[in-house]
Amino acid sequence: MSLLDIRNVSKIYGELKALDNVSIRVDQGEWVAIMGPSGSGKSTMMNIIGCMDKPTKGQVFLDGIDIAKESSRRLTDIRRDKIGLIFQQFHMVNYLTAVENVMVSQYYHSMPDEAEALEALERVGVRERARHLPSQLSGGEQQRVCVARALINHPELILADEPTGNLDETNENIVLDLFRQLHREGTTLIVVTHDPEVAEAAQRTIVLEHGRLVREVVNEHFVE
Amino acid sequence: MTPRKLPMRNILRHPGRTASLTVLVAFLALSLFSGSVIVMSLMSGLRSLENRLGADLIVVPATSRGKIDPEKIYLQGTTGYYYMSASKLDEVRAMEGVVQASGQVFLASLRADCCSMPIQVIGFDPATDFTIRPWIGERMKTDLGKMEVAAGSRVNAGVNETIRIYGQPCLVAARLDESGTGLDTAVYCTMETMAELLSAAREMNHELKIDGDPAGVVSAIYVKTHPGEADRLAGEIRQTRSPKVTVIQTRTVTSDVERSLGGVSHTIAVLIICVWLLDLVLLTAAFLLLGGERRREFAVLRSLGMSRRDLAYLALKEAALISFFGGMNGIFLGLLILLPFSGLIEQALGLPYLRPGWPTMLALCAASLAAVCAAGPGAALLSARKLSRADIGTIMREGT
Repeated sequence: MSLLDIRNVSKIYGELKALDNVSIRVDQGEWVAIMGPSGSGKSTMMNIIGCMDKPTKGQVFLDGIDIAKESSRRLTDIRRDKIGLIFQQFHMVNYLTAVENVMVSQYYHSMPDEAEALEALERVGVRERARHLPSQLSGGEQQRVCVARALINHPELILADEPTGNLDETNENIVLDLFRQLHREGTTLIVVTHDPEVAEAAQRTIVLEHGRLVREVVNEHFVE
Repeated sequence: MTPRKLPMRNILRHPGRTASLTVLVAFLALSLFSGSVIVMSLMSGLRSLENRLGADLIVVPATSRGKIDPEKIYLQGTTGYYYMSASKLDEVRAMEGVVQASGQVFLASLRADCCSMPIQVIGFDPATDFTIRPWIGERMKTDLGKMEVAAGSRVNAGVNETIRIYGQPCLVAARLDESGTGLDTAVYCTMETMAELLSAAREMNHELKIDGDPAGVVSAIYVKTHPGEADRLAGEIRQTRSPKVTVIQTRTVTSDVERSLGGVSHTIAVLIICVWLLDLVLLTAAFLLLGGERRREFAVLRSLGMSRRDLAYLALKEAALISFFGGMNGIFLGLLILLPFSGLIEQALGLPYLRPGWPTMLALCAASLAAVCAAGPGAALLSARKLSRADIGTIMREGT
């Protein structure tokens, strides 16, 4: 059963076609990488899937809801309830501690639960840094807090934009291991990346160029 | 941890930013509050001066102009004395168009051992006076007795204390309400007491330039005229001789003050408007810059599910907290400057200055606070509106 069904989606800015008639299906529990050079349309795709933008044409079904037709307020609700976002820049709220950053996400979804937030930090290996401010954490630690924040509400889809782009190899492996663990637990993952090694960790890679889907590659060496 | 706590958390964890904004808001509140208090004090001072002068004409010996400007006694509390024969009072009183006329005698005490302090002493005739008695009557039921004085609000002597004037002990029987004029620095006594003081001054070789009996002189004659008769009577009195006199039309004094006041009030009002505009521009720019700096934070919160309304609430609450705190500080600073230094302000302006009563002061505090509490969040709302419409995805990828 597909969690995400993108049908003939285009996004046009004036003369520029950022996305041109793209169709993609992502099944529940699948791990998909979206690759492409700069200007290929992967960020636009990420924005649309992440309910941060709407397509000019086409339909985008997320868990059966056509998000292309929803209001901006409703898109905020869908993003909050169904999607966990991870970005290349770690994007923590700089005046909140690690655990408070996770709890803010809980608040907008349901209600804050510190014990659960600490568990999520434990899971990503930064439990002992829970009371530290972002400025007191390394890049890898911040990204792991962001992963914990994305996971805390048990989203149906984890959408990550260059999640390892600012990390060293050790931290990159930690984050990819976390993704593997999430995948094993049945979480659907879409990872936008330009790094072939990160793409190879996924089950399937979709390649965009000039706003068009140019090929799909199934990773035969995918390790569960 | 809930988003309701975010504004306070942000304020406390960014002390430098919070302090800069607080100072800006405090300056806004200070300028508005103190400017308003000064303008209101000048207006109250003018009204008070009109009430205290109470006469249409004041007749003084012509020579007094050269030695000391009588207007300065009323406006700035400068001490001075000059005398003419009391027969002038009878002459004026007999003129057609005069409703009431009463004499006053001035004496300046010295900065010397014989006197507690250098002050202006004004003697009046309780039987005919219509300017000082009503003022004293607000504080004292009975008339002043012999060697009793009523002290102006800025004379440093309390009720039942004794002050010495030319070696004569005078009991302070009452303290008068503040008038905001030079009259606050004087003490008032009956003609009977004044005659004693003049004699004592003369015995101590103080040069008074009085020929004959001190009881037979006046320094100024206060005249109330029939409506519309002031100009004619002023001209008629000026024509009289022995001695030659100067006639001050109080309407002219108050008009001059009103004109100066208009100029000062206008300048202060323009300054307040300029400071406000400048501060509002700075405040708006500060909140917009701050908003720019916090784009990523707001985008993160929006990506986590914060609604535009919640974002506006966050920005408004922060701005309201800073505005309230800054506003309170600004007003407190205004009170610290205005309350102890009102005398200096009056001296600097050279105009009657009567600070409004506490109910009005409290109303001005509340109005100034309300104004800054509206300005800060108003500026923040502009920033929040702009940010709530920004593209979250683009901001998150900017890494700014």
